[in-house]
Amino acid sequence: MLDPTSPLEGAGDRLASPPLPVELKGLGYETGGKRVINALDATIETRRITAIMGPNGAGKSILLRLMHGLIAPTKGEILWAGRQLDRPMAHRQAMVFQRPVLLRRSVAANVSHALGVRGVERDKRAICVGEALRLAGLEGHASTPARVLSGGEQQRLCLARALSLEPDVLFLDEPTSSLDPASTLAIERLLLDAQRRGIKVILVTHDVGQARRLADDVMFLHHGRVIEHQEAESFFGDTQSEGARAFLSGGLVL
Amino acid sequence: MTDFIDAFRTALGLIVTLDPDLFEILILSIKVSLTAVVVASLLGFAIGGALAVYRFPGRTAISAVLSALMGLPPVVAGLIVYLLLSNVGPLGVLQLLYTPTAMIIAQVVLVTPIIGALTRQACQDLLEEYDEQLRSLGASSSAIVVTLLWDGRYRLITAVLAGFGRAIAEVGAVMIVGGNIDHVTRTMTTAIALETSKGNIALALALGIVLLTIALAVNASLIWVQRLANRLAYA
Repeated sequence: MLDPTSPLEGAGDRLASPPLPVELKGLGYETGGKRVINALDATIETRRITAIMGPNGAGKSILLRLMHGLIAPTKGEILWAGRQLDRPMAHRQAMVFQRPVLLRRSVAANVSHALGVRGVERDKRAICVGEALRLAGLEGHASTPARVLSGGEQQRLCLARALSLEPDVLFLDEPTSSLDPASTLAIERLLLDAQRRGIKVILVTHDVGQARRLADDVMFLHHGRVIEHQEAESFFGDTQSEGARAFLSGGLVL
Repeated sequence: MTDFIDAFRTALGLIVTLDPDLFEILILSIKVSLTAVVVASLLGFAIGGALAVYRFPGRTAISAVLSALMGLPPVVAGLIVYLLLSNVGPLGVLQLLYTPTAMIIAQVVLVTPIIGALTRQACQDLLEEYDEQLRSLGASSSAIVVTLLWDGRYRLITAVLAGFGRAIAEVGAVMIVGGNIDHVTRTMTTAIALETSKGNIALALALGIVLLTIALAVNASLIWVQRLANRLAYA
């Protein structure tokens, strides 16, 4: 067991330096003859948490995958501090998916595997794993098979694994959509903590309350376009677009 | 009927007294099939893992052929290896025909498609689930293959056991390339065929009982492995 008061290399104290701004220029993505993202322009400048909101099918998850480089845009480009996403840049990113994807291994081995893939040396991994599990409150489960954890614990592990990679940018696709309030709170705390360490968090969420609690700016998507993008405070206080207003008031956005 | 009961009694006697002839045959059979399965596993894991992960022209065709070859008749596998190893064949100079090595080669030909196809299926199922996560981590194709093979380990174990069951029980391939030579290439299955035709039912029956026991043990381990995997949520 790691002594939480001992100074640890890496993880805890490192300040991330995300490559900002992120510029989305004339972005388009077509699949199966359908335009999911359509001439989308936006710039994300804040170092704090950005929430992407919008109705189902607005293209939120696709936009996240485009930014993370999991899929390539059919039109336009994405620039990180003026640079295209290349392999070194991709290694500064991490992502947590809506449904936890965990390997058929122990909790610790899941984190260790990710570190191994990213090229962290074997003898350094143990200390990073310990730190990541401590952060997520899973240190007592290190040798538990990951897939017998509860849903909330699984998602916490996914987040811990992503954070163990010391990313500069962290994407999350509705990470708490199927979690109970306590698990959601645990995830949100970890995200705020990540933000304090300088990590640029970009989060897709359906949960208006979550966006209010976490976001510094909100990007509202509808039919594959950004129809509103402003600071969270003004987004929620003085909503400009029809679509976002309807969404926030619980109306049906078609 | 009494003949049959006598034969059965003699057969059990051969087993409990550890009859040297019987055990020589048993040991050779297990040696050949185990070696074949080890080789076929290494080949099958590599082929199956690669087919699941790498994208290249002809991939689907190769996968289909591999699956079809799961049902390759042992005599055909034997025939192919016979043609390769016979004096006029391309590998004739090695003088391997009618040796245990020839039997191992024939069983490798027989079992590799089984382990390969089952491995490919296991890896493909896992990849469907892991793909985005692994690409998000930036895993290389070879790292993805290794990850899938390890995470599919319980299914791979069952594939190996299925391959072993097939190898130890087949008669056609080892008969053709081994020749059923006493003390050299006589296995359980070829001995059963021979002794039965000679009317020596006792030895045939004894070998049959041993073979059946091995088959049951293999299947019991299959079930046990499956249960263990389910319990750990690793299935």
